[in-house]
Amino acid sequence: MTLLDVKDLKVSFETHDGIVRAVNGLDIQLEAGETLGIVGESGSGKSQAVLGMIGLLAANGRAEGTVMFKDRDLLSLSKADMNHVRGNEISMIFQDPMTSLNPHMRISRQMAEVLQLHKGIGFAEARNKAIEMLDAVKIPDARRRVDMYPHEFSGGMRQRVMIAMSLLCEPDLLIADEPTTALDVTVQAQIVSLLAELKRDFNTAIILITHDLGVVAGVCDKVLVMYGGEIMESAAINDIFYHAAHPYTQGLLHSVPRLDNIDAKQLHAIPGNPPNLLHLPEGCPFNDRCEQVFDRCKHEKPHLHDIGSAHSKACHLESLP
Amino acid sequence: MTDQLLTVNDLHVHFSVPGKGILGRSRILKAVNGVNFDLRPGETLGVVGESGCGKSTLARAILGLVKAAGGSVVLSGEELVGQSLKQLRDKREHMQVIFQDPLASLDPRMTVGQIIAEPLTTFYPKLSRDDVRARVKNIMSKVGLLPNLINRYPHEFSGGQCQRIGIARALILKPKLIICDEPVSALDVSIQAQIINLLMEIQNEMGLSLIFIAHDLSVVRHISQRVLVMYLGRVVEISDRDTLYENPRHPYTRALIDAVPIPDPVKERSKQSRLLGGDLPSPLNLPSGCPFRTRCPSATDICAIEEPQLREIETGVQVACHAVD
Amino acid sequence: MTDIDAVSEVRGRSLWADARRRLFTNKAAVTSMIILSIVAVMVLLAPFLSPHDFDATDWELMSSPPTIANAHFFGTDSLGRDLFVRTLYGGRVSLMVGIVATLVSLLIGITYGATAGYFGGKIDHLMMRFVDILYAMPFMFFVILLMVFFGRNIFLIFVAIGAINWLDMARIVRGQTLSLKRKEFIEAAEAAGVPGFTIIRRHIVPNLLGVVIVYVTLTIPQVILVESFLSFLGLGVQEPFTSWGALVNEGAKDMETASWSLIFPAIFLALTLFCFNFIGDGLRDALDPKDR
Repeated sequence: MTLLDVKDLKVSFETHDGIVRAVNGLDIQLEAGETLGIVGESGSGKSQAVLGMIGLLAANGRAEGTVMFKDRDLLSLSKADMNHVRGNEISMIFQDPMTSLNPHMRISRQMAEVLQLHKGIGFAEARNKAIEMLDAVKIPDARRRVDMYPHEFSGGMRQRVMIAMSLLCEPDLLIADEPTTALDVTVQAQIVSLLAELKRDFNTAIILITHDLGVVAGVCDKVLVMYGGEIMESAAINDIFYHAAHPYTQGLLHSVPRLDNIDAKQLHAIPGNPPNLLHLPEGCPFNDRCEQVFDRCKHEKPHLHDIGSAHSKACHLESLP
Repeated sequence: MTDQLLTVNDLHVHFSVPGKGILGRSRILKAVNGVNFDLRPGETLGVVGESGCGKSTLARAILGLVKAAGGSVVLSGEELVGQSLKQLRDKREHMQVIFQDPLASLDPRMTVGQIIAEPLTTFYPKLSRDDVRARVKNIMSKVGLLPNLINRYPHEFSGGQCQRIGIARALILKPKLIICDEPVSALDVSIQAQIINLLMEIQNEMGLSLIFIAHDLSVVRHISQRVLVMYLGRVVEISDRDTLYENPRHPYTRALIDAVPIPDPVKERSKQSRLLGGDLPSPLNLPSGCPFRTRCPSATDICAIEEPQLREIETGVQVACHAVD
Repeated sequence: MTDIDAVSEVRGRSLWADARRRLFTNKAAVTSMIILSIVAVMVLLAPFLSPHDFDATDWELMSSPPTIANAHFFGTDSLGRDLFVRTLYGGRVSLMVGIVATLVSLLIGITYGATAGYFGGKIDHLMMRFVDILYAMPFMFFVILLMVFFGRNIFLIFVAIGAINWLDMARIVRGQTLSLKRKEFIEAAEAAGVPGFTIIRRHIVPNLLGVVIVYVTLTIPQVILVESFLSFLGLGVQEPFTSWGALVNEGAKDMETASWSLIFPAIFLALTLFCFNFIGDGLRDALDPKDR
């Protein structure tokens, strides 16, 4: 059975300057144990999409569509039921671990609280489970460090604590929003390899939101490329990297300098600026930056269509104008 | 040696950190601890290292924005360390900076024209208004901004455009050296490439020297001719780019390069990387001997006793490590 | 020269313009501004709005309730002076004290606070300890002392209130400066060779103004209230001049027999205070960058 089946998810925000449509019809299928990478730049709606799925939008935000998780539609759940799903079956880690850790509470208390709340076990037992979990994410000397405060950990260690905390209830789905962006490369490498190991050991499905194609290449099974609130291309990992079909995906891949390819004299930049969600162009949202744009792109929005097995894109190229 | 644009010799920067408790003695944090390098006209030197390694402090010390505790910085034959604030200000005509956060580095209450013109009107207060405007517009079109946006405010621009404004401000005095402190790390991937291309183009055209500070090793490889690797306020390796990336000598450099993810699933997954364990030690409490020995895979007894000095092991390659011969 | 001006220049939308737009969508603030302007115009045009003089006694109508016929719209006080005119003249004093004392404290406070905050270190330390010492002086004692030495004088009130109020302003401005100083655009200006005081004038003060303006709109009513309090204690303006505080003081004495002599000045005082506070709130919302 599909673990997560998102159909036509739309997220919008009411602001002073009008309604901002951050996500415009998103479809996701995710099986247990699979890792999905969502790639996009600022304004692509990648973070708002997952926040919308699990009911964590800002007060002026609205999510529509269906988000079937196991056999329930998350968007129709009550607040209390949703709270139970979050943390217990779905958990989330953020870019800055400090924002989700209470600076005035010992790690042991914060971790035990999650278990006490969701599993109804006592503090001593919960604390022991917390130590086990800190061990599992390779925090050295976990038995001693469990009683420390968040500020006594380094940035990389805090992100490990966050991962440990999110795995406490053995969730079926882990959502990681730019988990390594704030970290140094050496620490990023540690966290990425940790995620890969956890996926193997716990069979947790992971949604990894990132702008770093290198991180995606290392851990994901399939990838969604988003732009201006829409999916541009969706495919298995190798298809995205070796047979990218959408001009935006190709542009992204060519615009990053690579350590393994030093011949490029000049980077192939995508011209223009990131999309302004208040003033998206008519037709394809990428049309004002696309180098292969033609007339049809400016009037008609391309729909996501299959171009191979489990490979789809939203682009008019190749289909007759 | 005299043809160098910039020579930095044994530069030290110290900060005093208040001690713990009321009676705690304040301690000295050695953010930059004896850095040496030089820079030829027209050259790009990349500076890499993890956060807290002192690379940004190094930039600020060269610019004179923080006071050096010792050593020397010589720009075109003139010593900058120990100069009065006023004398230093005059030198800044030849040396400009581009910051990491494009929006935060622009005064939100000023128009783009006023922001870009500020260095010009500071050094040449007698220039006529029309002259200033003409120069500002000229430089705006050079960095890829429409000159008719001169009266707009920074918040009306995207991050990439704000960084172009910052670059225009740095260029308007036609300096000899621009220090770029993480100029692309706050930008989107597709925009990063635009800014890097722009910097390289302008450098070629104007014969600028760049000091390019970044934590992204791929970007540094793309833009630099030589690369300097810092760890806890010290230089651990300097060498020309291709030697450094293809044959890193210092174990730390090797670990950094290994840790960079490659956007290619097959290569990335087959890569046998040796992950660097542990965390950066506190700069207030440095390990004895070599600062890297606590995380170094090839540390031996001598590393704990004696601090390795930066030495030239072949032409153009300097390394500070006991294990390298 | 080749003309790059050919393309017409686009005018930018400054943060101030944005704030103004938001302020004018705030109903409470706009209503308050209208009411306050009416009060201000009435106060300024006081001599033309009534046939009576503010210090002339109407011997036939002492302690008279409001009448339209004799043009004593707010009635008269126990000495037969027209309360309408006195209320408006009192408003002149109250508003002037409020505005002038606030401006004085603004000028000293911004200069002092921005200097201390920007230069930091020992300078900051010394300057702020001086502020702490002044803070420790008991304000009422200070005012009474001044009155005793120099006699009652409206300008002394300005001085006394201003001398106390700038301390708050200096602290607020210093705190803001400290956080502004760490912004990269200040560093960028330093790197461009801009001298220290120019940075304060060009980059720090304009970016402080948002917070300062909000504080000013909340300080003016506070100062008016302090003046009223001093007048209530009999330390304020001197007869035959008056202020809203002094009028309320007198009115309170005859509250039972001549309620109008309390009600009208009190309404004006309260209305003005409300308006300033609403405008302050409106400004704070309009200038708050979190809203964008």
